[in-house]
Amino acid sequence: MSKLRVVHYINQFFAGLGGEEKADVRPEVREGKVGPGAAFAVALGQDAEIVATVVCGDSFYGENMDEARKIVLDMVKGQKADLFIAGPAFNAGRYGVACGDICKAVSQELGIPVLTGMYIENPGTDLYRKHINIVQTGNSAADMRNAVPVMAKAALKLARGEELKVPEDGVIEKGIRKNIYRETRGSQRAVDMLIAKLSGQPFETEYPMPDFDRVTPNPAVKDMGKARIALVTSGGIVPKGNPDSIEASSASKYGKYDIDGIADLTSDAYQTAHGGYDPVYANEDPDRVLPVDVLRDMEEEGIIGGLYRYYYSTVGNGTSVGNAVGFASEFVKELKEDGVDAVVLTST
Amino acid sequence: MVHVCTVVPISLTVGANRIVPAIAIPHPLGNPKLDKKEEKALRRQLVEKSLKALQTEVDGQTVFEG
Repeated sequence: MSKLRVVHYINQFFAGLGGEEKADVRPEVREGKVGPGAAFAVALGQDAEIVATVVCGDSFYGENMDEARKIVLDMVKGQKADLFIAGPAFNAGRYGVACGDICKAVSQELGIPVLTGMYIENPGTDLYRKHINIVQTGNSAADMRNAVPVMAKAALKLARGEELKVPEDGVIEKGIRKNIYRETRGSQRAVDMLIAKLSGQPFETEYPMPDFDRVTPNPAVKDMGKARIALVTSGGIVPKGNPDSIEASSASKYGKYDIDGIADLTSDAYQTAHGGYDPVYANEDPDRVLPVDVLRDMEEEGIIGGLYRYYYSTVGNGTSVGNAVGFASEFVKELKEDGVDAVVLTST
Repeated sequence: MVHVCTVVPISLTVGANRIVPAIAIPHPLGNPKLDKKEEKALRRQLVEKSLKALQTEVDGQTVFEG
């Protein structure tokens, strides 16, 4: 039997092209395995061969999704692949979204088995879990040596036409309902479950409620000319020197900074602390992430009632959902107490 | 609240109700290829769109394109 032809998708960092400064590279094809492909080649064994690796910059994919998807799809098509593997992306948000997106496209357009891997909180997980198989990994590349063998095993299973099972195969639940046969009918099982619940006995739900995490939209601002507008950012804009030492990744804190009298953020007084995007442009002119200059003008012109005296900043890069919720829950209290009417939240 | 961000699918997934697509990941409200004046005008346009979004009633998640 001939070897399975595998195509591997990775980003600019894992291809050794560079970090954030190379996040805008267009897709390119390399022959054979690159970067973590070497580990995959070992784990996949004799039955499969990585015939090509497609490399693409995370920002290029994120900012040009339709174009990037088309280009990468054509590249994969050209390799006559039997199996497609992307990542693993761990907790890298843009990378996870790119991996999920391209896996979905390859699966739909080329009809071959696809597999990627990422951390449960990666935005790519919620976006693509229904469409493709995603192996659950740790939150950083330190987990590579665990993730690769699990992914390789699952990928080979898919290539053989087998279905992946949760939790044995390490994949994230797709959340797709499947009809199965049970000995006892549903009404009986429901009553048994209710009786167990009422009498404090253990029971297992057959359908865990999804966590939609949605909020009702707030009413529109009625009179912008009288409104107090606050700026908040996950782009990590902080006073130069990062006095609160907000981490470049997985932030454990946020900062509250006084911009009273500041009409414009400049590179001598401000910087970005964020480690997940190329900082050059934000450091040159922090208004590119936190638009103080424009809002200050609008305040003078009477378009807004006022720009709130403080802005809140954290680094969104790999920051846990739990922490992010915690930060906002805390500072929103201050915003409300100080009569802020609306927030402009900027993200990179 | 209005969320000015580049990767709109992520904002939709996390549940923002008013979303304004930004310019690029490393400079959401800027464009280093433009001269300072043009760049500020571009930033102003985006902020104006954001304020407009804040003044618009929405019943669910809404992306304020164009």
